[in-house]
Amino acid sequence: MLKYIGKRFISMMITIWVIVTLTFFLMHAIPGSPFNQERNTNDTVRKNLEAHYHLDENLFVQYGIYLKSLLQFDFGPSIKQSSTSVNELLSRGFPISFELGSVALLFSIVSGIALGIFAALRHNGVIDYGAMTLAVIGISVPNFIMATLLIQVVAVDLKLLPVATWASYKHMILPALALSMSPLAIIARLTRSSMLEVLTQDYIRTARAKGLSPFKIVVKHALRNALLPVITILGTLVAAVLTGSFVIEKIFAIPGMGQYFVSSINDRDYPVIMGTTVFYSTLLIFLLFLVDIAYGIIDPRIKLHKKEGE
Amino acid sequence: MVLPNRTGNEKRQFPPDELFIPKKRKARNADAIVRPGLSYWQDARRRLVKNKLAMAGLVSLILLIIMAIFGPILSPYEVTKQALTESNLPPSASHWFGTDNLGRDVFTRTWYGARISLFVGVMAALVDFVIGVIYGGISGYKGGRTDHYMMRIVEILYGLPYLLMVILLMVVMGPGLLTIIVALSITGWTGMARIVRGQVLQLKHYEFVLASKTFGGKTRRIIRKHLLPNTMGPIIVQMTLTVPTAIFAEAFLSFIGLGVQAPYASWGVMASDALSTILTGQWWRLFFPAFFISLTMFAFNVLGDGLQDALDPKLRR
Repeated sequence: MLKYIGKRFISMMITIWVIVTLTFFLMHAIPGSPFNQERNTNDTVRKNLEAHYHLDENLFVQYGIYLKSLLQFDFGPSIKQSSTSVNELLSRGFPISFELGSVALLFSIVSGIALGIFAALRHNGVIDYGAMTLAVIGISVPNFIMATLLIQVVAVDLKLLPVATWASYKHMILPALALSMSPLAIIARLTRSSMLEVLTQDYIRTARAKGLSPFKIVVKHALRNALLPVITILGTLVAAVLTGSFVIEKIFAIPGMGQYFVSSINDRDYPVIMGTTVFYSTLLIFLLFLVDIAYGIIDPRIKLHKKEGE
Repeated sequence: MVLPNRTGNEKRQFPPDELFIPKKRKARNADAIVRPGLSYWQDARRRLVKNKLAMAGLVSLILLIIMAIFGPILSPYEVTKQALTESNLPPSASHWFGTDNLGRDVFTRTWYGARISLFVGVMAALVDFVIGVIYGGISGYKGGRTDHYMMRIVEILYGLPYLLMVILLMVVMGPGLLTIIVALSITGWTGMARIVRGQVLQLKHYEFVLASKTFGGKTRRIIRKHLLPNTMGPIIVQMTLTVPTAIFAEAFLSFIGLGVQAPYASWGVMASDALSTILTGQWWRLFFPAFFISLTMFAFNVLGDGLQDALDPKLRR
């Protein structure tokens, strides 16, 4: 077990390093410097600015400087907003994104699993068809379309909830709903199909024969096994929620990390783009790592050190 | 008739032989095959046709493709042609889907957008196919150390959050269709490579591979002629499911301003432009691109699901 975790940890670190390196060199391959847009900077000012941000150094020296500061969890200063550092932007925007993301994720997991269970228990019934129709819609409608539709119907036509910004829990409902639709649909479908498979197993019949209540059978015997495939895709879903949050934040004018990311792209603000990408990628890869290990712990059948070639 | 009791050791009484009359054989040869044997592909097609949802997906897809080809030709308006006097008209006989704020015909732009979406989706799937199949095939067939290192590389790429990487590449290479396809393919092929490798690993131990080897078949030939045809099922399913992902990514990028650039139309661009109309009530500007992008994703998803069921040998009856 420990050996497996160690191995996975090393491969995680390599992936993160690849991302940092890729991001760094890609960023510097972009034509145009962050100081191009300010027309009035004369040469001396520009040289000083470039020296300040180490932009005049050799690319590999810059790479070294960047790696060194990353190891101290320092993402460097923002070039456009000169008084703030990327760390400050992250600490300002990330809690909001995190709140939105975790609410959306939690909602999609809980209701997705519930929907999947009910659909499986009433196989081919009204609930089943209803839930699966909902799931197909959830998968087919892109989140930014869903967000606009929700604003149009719930906020503008029915005037039930506020449209934009981030003030109370009421402001959170619509964006979280828009963000959670597609993960919800994926979870519901997956839960349903694996529940259907599990419910035909012999041990379920045994449990029924022993006279266990249907509730106990579903929760204690069926669900445990049916949820394994759901856990495997959790990592991917987290990624979907994180990136989906960029566009949702833009639509709902939420001052989260996504907004900074999109605006930093237009501003060519290298440190912010790099910082955000590296931060999000690391978070994501770390979560994938956790999911992998959780999976190994939950399912005793999985051999943690797989022989290759099998 | 009373069944003979088997408890005692008395001799069983059978009717004498002469009472038996041999039944006449029918003229038809008993060995004849009544139903035609179904090959794997025939059977898969039969099962796919039975799947109503998948067929609905297939039919909408065919209609979408036809409209993507002929829609812009049918319409008398040009995609980028502005007519400010005719801005924001609701759907009518002359403008079937209405016009946008610059007087451009939404019908024309919608089908032009369909071309872009379908093109991006199909190209991304094809590139994934070519790279993934070659890479996965070699990795699975060679096995051992080669496989180990090739799969480590895949693992690292697989871990990259693809949308972040796509955004990054779009920033570097500049927005455009080619960039979207390249960016999507960089991480996209790993899924295909994994599937092909897994299949090849299993298949290469089968006798037909050994037979081919005995006849002097070279690695290239064995992979191409024997291993890959047997992997086609999962490959096709993977390709069908790649298309909606790519279409979504294109729309997403266009929506945040990194995809297809104005004045050209893509569904993402149209939806993004139409965001401001929520409060002014020109519903048609958002509705049509939103509806058709959802329909396309729906069609590919249900078709992919249907193919998955139809091509799964375990579900064969």
